[in-house]
Amino acid sequence: MISVGFEGIGKDFGAGPVLDDVSFTVDAGEIHALVGENGAGKSTLMKILAGYLPATSGRVLLGGVPTEFRDQREAEAEGVVLIHQELNLVEDLTVADNIFLGRERRRRGFLDERAMHREAGALLRRVGLDVDPWTRVRTLIVAQKQLLEIAKALARNAGLLIMDEPTASLTPAEVERLFGLIRDLNGRGVTILYISHKLEEVLALAERVTVLRDGRYVETVRAGASSRQALANLMVGREIAAMFPEKLLQDRGSPLWRVRDVGVPGWAQRVSFDLQRGEILGFAGLVGAGRTELFEGILGLRPRSGGHFELEGRRLRIHHPADAVRAGIVYLSEDRKGKGLHLRLGLAPNLTLMALHRYARPLLRRDRERAALGDAMRRYNIRAGSPEAVAGTLSGGNQQKLALAKVLHTEPKVLVLDEPTRGVDVGAKQEIYRLIQHLAAQGLGIVVVSSELVELIGIAHRLIVMRGGRVTGELGGEGLSEAEVIAYATGVKETHAA
Amino acid sequence: MQPESSLHPVPRRRARIRLSAFGPLLGLAALVALATALNPAFLTIANIFNVLTRTSFIGIIAVGGTFVIIAGGIDLSVGSMAALLAGSMILVMNALAPTLGGGWLTIVVGMLFVVALGALFGLGHGLAITKGRIEPFIVTLGTLGIFRSVLTYLSEGGAITLQLGLSNVYSHVYYGSFLRVPIPLWVFLAMAILGAVLLNRTAFGRHVQAIGSNEQVARYAALRVDREKIVTYMIQGVCVAVATILYVPRLGSASPSTGLLWELEAIAAVIIGGTALKGGSGSVPGTVVGAILLSTIGNVLNLTSIISVYLNAAVQGVVIILVAFLQRGREAR
Repeated sequence: MISVGFEGIGKDFGAGPVLDDVSFTVDAGEIHALVGENGAGKSTLMKILAGYLPATSGRVLLGGVPTEFRDQREAEAEGVVLIHQELNLVEDLTVADNIFLGRERRRRGFLDERAMHREAGALLRRVGLDVDPWTRVRTLIVAQKQLLEIAKALARNAGLLIMDEPTASLTPAEVERLFGLIRDLNGRGVTILYISHKLEEVLALAERVTVLRDGRYVETVRAGASSRQALANLMVGREIAAMFPEKLLQDRGSPLWRVRDVGVPGWAQRVSFDLQRGEILGFAGLVGAGRTELFEGILGLRPRSGGHFELEGRRLRIHHPADAVRAGIVYLSEDRKGKGLHLRLGLAPNLTLMALHRYARPLLRRDRERAALGDAMRRYNIRAGSPEAVAGTLSGGNQQKLALAKVLHTEPKVLVLDEPTRGVDVGAKQEIYRLIQHLAAQGLGIVVVSSELVELIGIAHRLIVMRGGRVTGELGGEGLSEAEVIAYATGVKETHAA
Repeated sequence: MQPESSLHPVPRRRARIRLSAFGPLLGLAALVALATALNPAFLTIANIFNVLTRTSFIGIIAVGGTFVIIAGGIDLSVGSMAALLAGSMILVMNALAPTLGGGWLTIVVGMLFVVALGALFGLGHGLAITKGRIEPFIVTLGTLGIFRSVLTYLSEGGAITLQLGLSNVYSHVYYGSFLRVPIPLWVFLAMAILGAVLLNRTAFGRHVQAIGSNEQVARYAALRVDREKIVTYMIQGVCVAVATILYVPRLGSASPSTGLLWELEAIAAVIIGGTALKGGSGSVPGTVVGAILLSTIGNVLNLTSIISVYLNAAVQGVVIILVAFLQRGREAR
């Protein structure tokens, strides 16, 4: 059994602290949950604990002894194992190969496949994963990979298991099974540190819950003595109601965008919805419910089977994202660094990229681009060291505001925002919510896809819930409660039969 | 959760532009100073024009290559393409001479033909790469073999030679001057200016940089990525055609050894000029300097006796690796 003490942990990547003076303890043999919004510093803290990152200041105590691992190998040798959110498996190797990666059993210098097969089989039985050790990892589903990661941790004699958002893409049944396994491991003396922002899960599983916000320690509470609402308020740092601008009444009966029977092979079937002018329509669902893929399909970013669109009553054909932009529909990707911004290019080229024809006559007017950038920085409160900086040097929140400014620069009628506040701090979140509200008030139709229920409920007029690529429910007004949304997202409830 | 800033700070844009533009230029200046010290004959108008005229083939091809490489692609076929374009141009002009006469009309038709054929080859590359989803390296490695092989077949292993009458008229394009400056130099200059303006001052050029910098982001910004990439290969094809138009009057023939290893020199010129091989950023003036630097090395070796001229390629190789090393250092900081 391993206990953990964090003493004044700080971490700075060069643009302000990500962690600032974080101190708390995890008892030996405890199931301890760590919660906080995106960007609160949870994953960074766990990476420091597991030897992936060095702390800038402070120290970690393991079993009361100050410990600083130079890398994850050292940490694993001490029984501290981190299972990453995005799972760390070599897809083209077998289950057994993955379990023994880096610590292969050898006999006379050659791999001892038989011994590894046998040991792997025993580990897989312990975690309840019923696959042959010689199966290629690529063929497993996410829930199986999660179990495989735990088997891998067991093979390393984990005394402290850190799990980073393990349920992000699991179904409720799979989550139940995972929790059973976690409790079983805990019963055998493994200390569990469980990271999540799903409060319901955390309250069901953990004995104590520590809340982080903006890189700072907030409070540790006993799960039995807390509630979802109390934790949510601690995470956001204020009454949640104050985070969101008041919802303005929208101009009903003024349909803007009509979407019918969209299919995206492998992701979505027969999805239909209407968007009104001035409406903020939320899309809820679990990871893998097909929301991102649905909109990528609609916007021409991935293959689509069927689908009929009308914008302002006129038939609209979208074969390429450029068709959508020309008609006035823009999409902001959830993956800001990979799909949203050119991190190595300057701010002005990023801002004007989607509307460059306005600056080309036929030669580009760079002075006008600079003026547009100055304008956008003021309007959207984008803070940069210099207007000449490259986009990658901005903080997450300012990058996101720049990405928003970029899609808004096309002067759209419909705005599709996928995880618009992912990886931004609380202050920037609030600004983005106000901006969304403001744009809706101006008559834009806005779709918000988000994994954060609090956010969707706080900002949307109406919610559509998806599960397994289909619309399972539509909620509005009084029906907007977290429990209700989760019921539809997990298949407990369903109103729209296919 | 992600840290608020990247783990790898991105170099400041201004610093990058300055280094990549002046680095090769300083290298060239040093080389010129050294060459002049060793042999005063180097810094004569005649020799300088000689070097620059010889540079114009590779230089013009490299201007096109700058677009392809900035967009994240590569074209290995340019040397073979030049050979096949030269051979085809000569065959077409020879065939047209009886009807159109042995003068400028035939030559101009030949020029138009070769430019169209170059664009067509580029279109083929672009389509295979974007719609066919084949790696640019593989596609152009394939056509590198195909183009040269077809030329060898057409020439039956020997040379394809331009009719004497046409050759006499056409030779002015290579050997003639305008305002005392050789015509190939004017064409090189014009292509370089055109390329620089297209790359830095038009929406197309910005799109090319955006695609090379991060193709996914460009796709999500609704750019017509496939179309823009195809255009870069067509620009490359047209540039090879223009280089061919200057090359044919020089010898009046094309053979299986025409344009041999030009692809390596052209790509080297682009890279020496500060364009990142992985795409995203680069400059046409840099490419021009890179091309001149490469051909100056050969000229200097010719004029001096310290290093044998047989080691020309070796010295060029050292320079290429050195420049790549300096660029690496710049990126890492």
